[in-house]
Amino acid sequence: MKPFDYHRAQDISQATEAAANGAVVIAGGTNLLDLMKLEVATPDRLTDINRLDLKAVTPTQDGGLRIGALVTNSDLAAHADVRKDYAVLSRALLAGASGQLRNKATTGGNLCQRTRCYYFYDTATACNKRDPGTGCPAREGANRLHAILGTSDACIATHPSDMAVAMRAIGARIEIAGQDGNERSVDIADFYRLPGDAPQHDNTLAPGDIITAVTFPPPVPGAVHRYRKVRDRASYAFALVSVAAICTMDKDRIGSIALSFGGIAHMPWRDSAVEDLLTGEIPGDALFAAAADALLQDARGFGGNDFKIPLTRRTLMAVLRDVCGTGDLS
Amino acid sequence: MKTELQINGTAHVLEADSRTTLLDALRNHLDLTGSKKGCDHGQCGACTVLINGRRINSCLTLACMHDGDEITTIEGLGTPDALSALQKAFVQHDGFQCGYCTPGQICSATAMLEEAKAGWPSNVTDDLGAEVNLSTEEISERMSGNICRCAAYPNIVAAIADIAKDTR
Repeated sequence: MKPFDYHRAQDISQATEAAANGAVVIAGGTNLLDLMKLEVATPDRLTDINRLDLKAVTPTQDGGLRIGALVTNSDLAAHADVRKDYAVLSRALLAGASGQLRNKATTGGNLCQRTRCYYFYDTATACNKRDPGTGCPAREGANRLHAILGTSDACIATHPSDMAVAMRAIGARIEIAGQDGNERSVDIADFYRLPGDAPQHDNTLAPGDIITAVTFPPPVPGAVHRYRKVRDRASYAFALVSVAAICTMDKDRIGSIALSFGGIAHMPWRDSAVEDLLTGEIPGDALFAAAADALLQDARGFGGNDFKIPLTRRTLMAVLRDVCGTGDLS
Repeated sequence: MKTELQINGTAHVLEADSRTTLLDALRNHLDLTGSKKGCDHGQCGACTVLINGRRINSCLTLACMHDGDEITTIEGLGTPDALSALQKAFVQHDGFQCGYCTPGQICSATAMLEEAKAGWPSNVTDDLGAEVNLSTEEISERMSGNICRCAAYPNIVAAIADIAKDTR
């Protein structure tokens, strides 16, 4: 690890000022310290925000929920309101990492975690995300974990979070404190970005920005929540493909549906055309196949990840059968 | 950097480089070598300790981040003359082979039982609102952050199940 100065922020303004001046913010640290040990991340200065007052889960005025940025993944998954009203989030969190990591990892930190692309982690290789302009060996190399949608010539990395996939299905907003006391809130869809020609940026945070909370709209009454994660082992592995679904039925038709996908893009993926295609229709395999066709019409594999295209199709269809009650999950 | 740590009920003042992980502080600075370094990247769980009662990977946190925190290591859970209930169960069920992962397994299981008591669900819990029943499947899932390369898993799970049924 490269040497760094460490200091503890006493309030948000100290943290944003330090971050604006080049300090890297540390919360749970479970991803950042890993990257620092490998010298993928080499901050000169760390600002520890763990003692800031950002640990509350509180109802919002409109009947939603506000999650402080420092709420741990364990506490969030176990929170009574989350289990009851946003079960897809509890499920996604519990499908991620290990008990030890969830006790440390925070809501804000989880959103900001970096890709697990092998080349991003290996400082002996080129990587446009780690070292812009050097190239992307993953395109022609080992790319089993990599994206099939929204890729660019510069980068085919995936975002590794399960939590963020559920939050995109929920329609979360990210509250951000910036320099000079500015506060704003952005839809999670606009918080993340596709790699384009600047894959070094995972999200749209500016220098000095700190996530302070995540807010949810009111829960969808009577909705069925599912998070299905396909991975190489039964526990403690990143998703190859995951699907978050929040669905209501209106008699024999699909009343509303939100679908978000993990493991297939640079950000949690959501496609309104797919949801529109399903809404108001009588569920069945022909409809689900059309939804999968719509989702995957621009999908592209790079060799090692070609399997993700049929895997995404099958996982989506299994989840749709499950949430619509038209077939067995298996 | 100067950091005060409450470890197993005793105050320790650590004077170390900011880069020092909690694991390295325990092992190399404070002579508490029960916590083990396996992967040093949060993947194996051999370094598991409790901070303010919660299990974490001590290799993935800096000692200086824990000024004033209460840390419990395997040395604080029992002694050779007075083993904790879980330690006894690991002996009775032969819950180890080489023993390297064992301190992490026992620290992790100690906190896991408390999590279950508090009603925390897991990835294999069918009903998020139901009382936790620590079946073999539940114990395996909840302990998936602790790897045993000797694969003593059946006996590790049996040892934990033995204590789980007494603490419900």
